Amino acid sequence: MSKDSVKDSAVDMELLGEILSAFGQVDSNDLIPILQKIQDSYGYLPRIVLMEFSKRTAIPASRIYGVATFYEQFHLEPHGRHTVRCCRGTACHVKGAVGIAEAIEKSLGIKDGETSKDMQFTFETVACLGTCALAPVMMVNGTYHGKMTPNHIQTIIESLKSSQGEG
Amino acid sequence: MDRLSSTSDFHAWHKQLMAELDNNIPLVMLCGGIGCKAMGSEDVHRAFVQAIDKLGLGDKVQLKLTGCHGFCEKGPVVVVLPDKFFYPGVKPENVEDILQQTVIGGKPIEDLQYIDPASGNKITYEQDVPFYAGQQRNVFRNNGKIDPVEIADYVQHEGYSAFVKVLQAHSPEEVVKIVTDSGLRGRGGGGFPTGLKWNFCRQTPSDQKYLICNADEGDPGAFMDRSILEGTPHAVLEGMLIAGYAIGAECGFIYVRTEYPLAVSNTKAALECVRQKGLLGENILGSGFSFEIEIREGAGAFVCGEETALIASIEGHRGMPKPRPPFPAVKGYMGKPTNINNVETFANIPLIMLKGSEWYNAIGTEKSKGTKIFALAGKVKNTGLVEVPMGITLREIIYDIGGGILDDREFKAAQLGGPSGGCIPAEHLDSEIDYDNVQQIGAIMGSGGLIVMDEDTCMVDVARYFLEFVQSESCGKCTPCRVGTKKMLQILQDICGGRAELKALDQLDQLAGNIKKGALCGLGQTAPNPVMSTLRHFHKEYTEHIEERKCSAGVCRELIGYSIDAVKCVGCGACLKACPSGAITGERKEPHVIDKVVCTKCGICNSVCKFDAVDVR
Repeated sequence: MSKDSVKDSAVDMELLGEILSAFGQVDSNDLIPILQKIQDSYGYLPRIVLMEFSKRTAIPASRIYGVATFYEQFHLEPHGRHTVRCCRGTACHVKGAVGIAEAIEKSLGIKDGETSKDMQFTFETVACLGTCALAPVMMVNGTYHGKMTPNHIQTIIESLKSSQGEG
Repeated sequence: MDRLSSTSDFHAWHKQLMAELDNNIPLVMLCGGIGCKAMGSEDVHRAFVQAIDKLGLGDKVQLKLTGCHGFCEKGPVVVVLPDKFFYPGVKPENVEDILQQTVIGGKPIEDLQYIDPASGNKITYEQDVPFYAGQQRNVFRNNGKIDPVEIADYVQHEGYSAFVKVLQAHSPEEVVKIVTDSGLRGRGGGGFPTGLKWNFCRQTPSDQKYLICNADEGDPGAFMDRSILEGTPHAVLEGMLIAGYAIGAECGFIYVRTEYPLAVSNTKAALECVRQKGLLGENILGSGFSFEIEIREGAGAFVCGEETALIASIEGHRGMPKPRPPFPAVKGYMGKPTNINNVETFANIPLIMLKGSEWYNAIGTEKSKGTKIFALAGKVKNTGLVEVPMGITLREIIYDIGGGILDDREFKAAQLGGPSGGCIPAEHLDSEIDYDNVQQIGAIMGSGGLIVMDEDTCMVDVARYFLEFVQSESCGKCTPCRVGTKKMLQILQDICGGRAELKALDQLDQLAGNIKKGALCGLGQTAPNPVMSTLRHFHKEYTEHIEERKCSAGVCRELIGYSIDAVKCVGCGACLKACPSGAITGERKEPHVIDKVVCTKCGICNSVCKFDAVDVR
């Protein structure tokens, strides 16, 4: 059995059905909101779900993939339990965001865009989080952390690591 | 009162709300903007709720978690009305004191007061804080004052009065004329006259027209639209209702960045409130005007800030721009006439309709009217959102409102307008800031992101940074942008890496000219601006990188090296612990050493050293 099909068998196709029926008569204008809902439900955009989505709606798979790979928000692989984002906006850049990203990479042992093997962490740098007044900024699972220093980062990430297995 | 079905219903409801308003009860306004939330305002809110209960003050004080107060640097911010006592950086343990001494006792708490960094004086009232004193908060007048979502609160502060006035007293043509006469120009970047834009769309005959609010605030360094949508989403909805009436649209979209969850949820909640009240939907207040608004979350693509790319995205395509003409006012969403304005533009509309075009026209410069919100950030003491009249100087914004440069270092440049903008040098600190002046200096107003840079910022690195940004955000449709920005980036990387010859500057100049002329959309056409403006104002830094292989600001890694001054180093181990590459060794209480082969020159050692022992050369 290939790696893909192991993952595929675990995918619950009923979630897709619920999403599509909530939209009623699916129009290709709804493509992005639907992909957003799929990612919310599955945590990522599983290939098999996208193929099934195409089959049920007659939106060509090429169009779905074109859109899914164009926008930053979408990812075709699962993310780790914690998503750590580092802002690289202008204010953060002039206040040392490059060093902050490196400190995060050191603490997590993964590079920008990677997910740790134990599926605990995903690290991404993002264009701008819009909290420039607090630069440099890091975001963990949707929570903002402003005025970051390498020491702060270590403390925050160590506390996330020690919470592993809980909850 | 439930659903309103006529304008007299609205006036009756408004009257009833104003009668309920009790200005004698002290009001604690706690900032719930993203900045203050990041600094812990939710914990402070919980503490207030508990303390009010514990002290039995339920009927003696009102508590509001408001939108952004703008002074993000000093969050969480608390203001106590009616006197406007101002407390920055409030912690949960301060809450009981604030309630007992300030709310009940009517006295300021000295230990919690704001200290003006310039004079060292303690400041009691909000209006005396220099950060606010120099501002003219018109669009932001209710941010920080009202509950962001609660429609009654907005109506008590003149909310929806402008829309109702329009329905009762003005034809669509008159509305367009008032907006045209006001001189309002688009706050999203280009500064196109809003009234003229509305008129184009109004004049195009069609059975169906659309209105779009561009809330895809993608410029790194700009966050005023997020703050407006989080703090007073109703002002944007009201502006859209008026615009929809004026151009003859029945359907509107708000295209908002998905990276702004609080803006999305507050706008959704506000939308639900207006719909329930009957201010949105079929035959609004019996006027015959119908309007619906749908929220679309952008999926993360900078290019979608461009009108035609944004429309493509709402239509479910990749966000790729189309050549203009035809302009969206003629052929936009679904091929129908479409008018697009940004958040701040819409938020200006209710004020213009309430106070008139002459009032609005009196603020600002000859060709740039009204106020503009700037997002002040970077190497400046007071960071946050600043609303000022057009025509103010950079010096006033940075030194009077912003308090000057961080650590009193030397000002080098202000980056205005994001990736489409440019860097303004010290010699223009006293130029008036308006659309046309800024363009002459080589920047653009853009959405108003204002990043202050000091002597430790390398201007070549800044140009490289922006090129890296636009190159990765280029949608890839047209060659000048796709390939041209990549070529420019390579040259800039070579300059920063000490690998370039002087002729690289001519190549940059030539490429910039070609991209400007040849690119399909605004993103491409303006992509060379950060390079052109730094070449113009900071030419010396480029030649220094090329001829001397030197970066005076100590930023470009391939041109600098780190070492530890054995005399200053006390061996505390802070740098050793922080170094991400394990390049530092040394025994405790002995001078440490950096292995230059292993060192990646990230500069973290320098930032953590408390003894100034790290040398950058």
